[in-house]
Amino acid sequence: MSYKIAIASGKGGTGKTTVSVNLQKAIASELTSGVLLADCDVEEPNDRIFFSDATIISEEEVHQMVPEIDTDKCTFCRKCVEYCEFNAIVVLPPAGFAEVNTSLCHSCGACSVACQDGAINEKPVPVGEITRMDTGIGAGLTEGNLKVGSAMQTLMIKELKKSITEDYDVVLYDAPPGTSCPVVETVADVDYVVLVTEPTPFGLNDLMLMVELLVNLDKPFGVVINKAGLGNRDVYEFLNEQNIDILAEIPFNKAYAGKYASGDLLTDIDQETTESYKKIVKSIEERYLQYEGSNYFKW
Amino acid sequence: MKTLITSTGGSIDASFDKRYGRAAWFCLLDEESGKTEFFENENVNATGGAGTKAAEKTVELGARKVISGDFGPKAKDLLDKFNVQMVIIEEDDLTIGDIVKRIKG
Repeated sequence: MSYKIAIASGKGGTGKTTVSVNLQKAIASELTSGVLLADCDVEEPNDRIFFSDATIISEEEVHQMVPEIDTDKCTFCRKCVEYCEFNAIVVLPPAGFAEVNTSLCHSCGACSVACQDGAINEKPVPVGEITRMDTGIGAGLTEGNLKVGSAMQTLMIKELKKSITEDYDVVLYDAPPGTSCPVVETVADVDYVVLVTEPTPFGLNDLMLMVELLVNLDKPFGVVINKAGLGNRDVYEFLNEQNIDILAEIPFNKAYAGKYASGDLLTDIDQETTESYKKIVKSIEERYLQYEGSNYFKW
Repeated sequence: MKTLITSTGGSIDASFDKRYGRAAWFCLLDEESGKTEFFENENVNATGGAGTKAAEKTVELGARKVISGDFGPKAKDLLDKFNVQMVIIEEDDLTIGDIVKRIKG
């Protein structure tokens, strides 16, 4: 079984993507080349931007099943309307009108259960695609890309995970921002979470939400403080108080931010940052050994 | 002809609600008789699809015209489909009574 790590943050813009792509590179050079990066930020996947010479290995369309109502068979009883938690079905008996709004439908299947008249048929509707890429780093990159306007983030993340059938040593999930359903879906099956924060009041507020979530989900985690040197010491105080591991600090560096903006994250990394990533890899290695209950490294 | 007006409360002196799907109440005005009826919006706090449901309610109540502050794309599609005229009023501080008076001329 692959050792699965999610990189999450709560607040957006703290450096999930930066840490994800760099961590993959660090793991590939320090531990194992069997490390896959999976971009689970399906509403705006951007990991691939940092691999300019990536080549596409495969593309696969993902569908959701959306019910269609056959008005010839429909008795306009409105039972499906009552069952639909998402207000996606409109039935107007006098007008002989019965329709499902695709963009509101969550494909839960409740209406099919409700309908006693055989008027509901489920049809596949595309919601996005999964792209597998060779990036020249580790086992490459896989990405879920949801169609704009679709509400099926969790479905997309589930399908992305399902599409990873090979047994890698490590799979890194670059999580979406926030603490809502797509994030829960991303961290649901992981063995460890790397939380990326920044030492600002916003960073701390959202880090606290994320910590609460991970404690509830009973997931082990450690924190990377990115942009260290900015803001104040409140994040450090919180982590100290809560006895939470600080995996590494990555110093704030304007030149590095400039490189990010031009899509260049992986070349000419300064010594201090390289050391930070080595430190994270070391912590992960220890965690993994603890988790496996073994005292040797399998790769 | 029946006209639906979005309202913040269940009486004629309630303020006009500029939201459609998220309006607290719907006032149904019979333009011929001048009579008004009020219906509470069951979907005011729905997590999604409030506009769709408001449009469904509008058609169900037999309104041919609907007055609100704005209409979302899903509500608009549905109202268009059933040829319900959408009227937007952008003014603030109006009561349902003010709007009814205007319609009666």
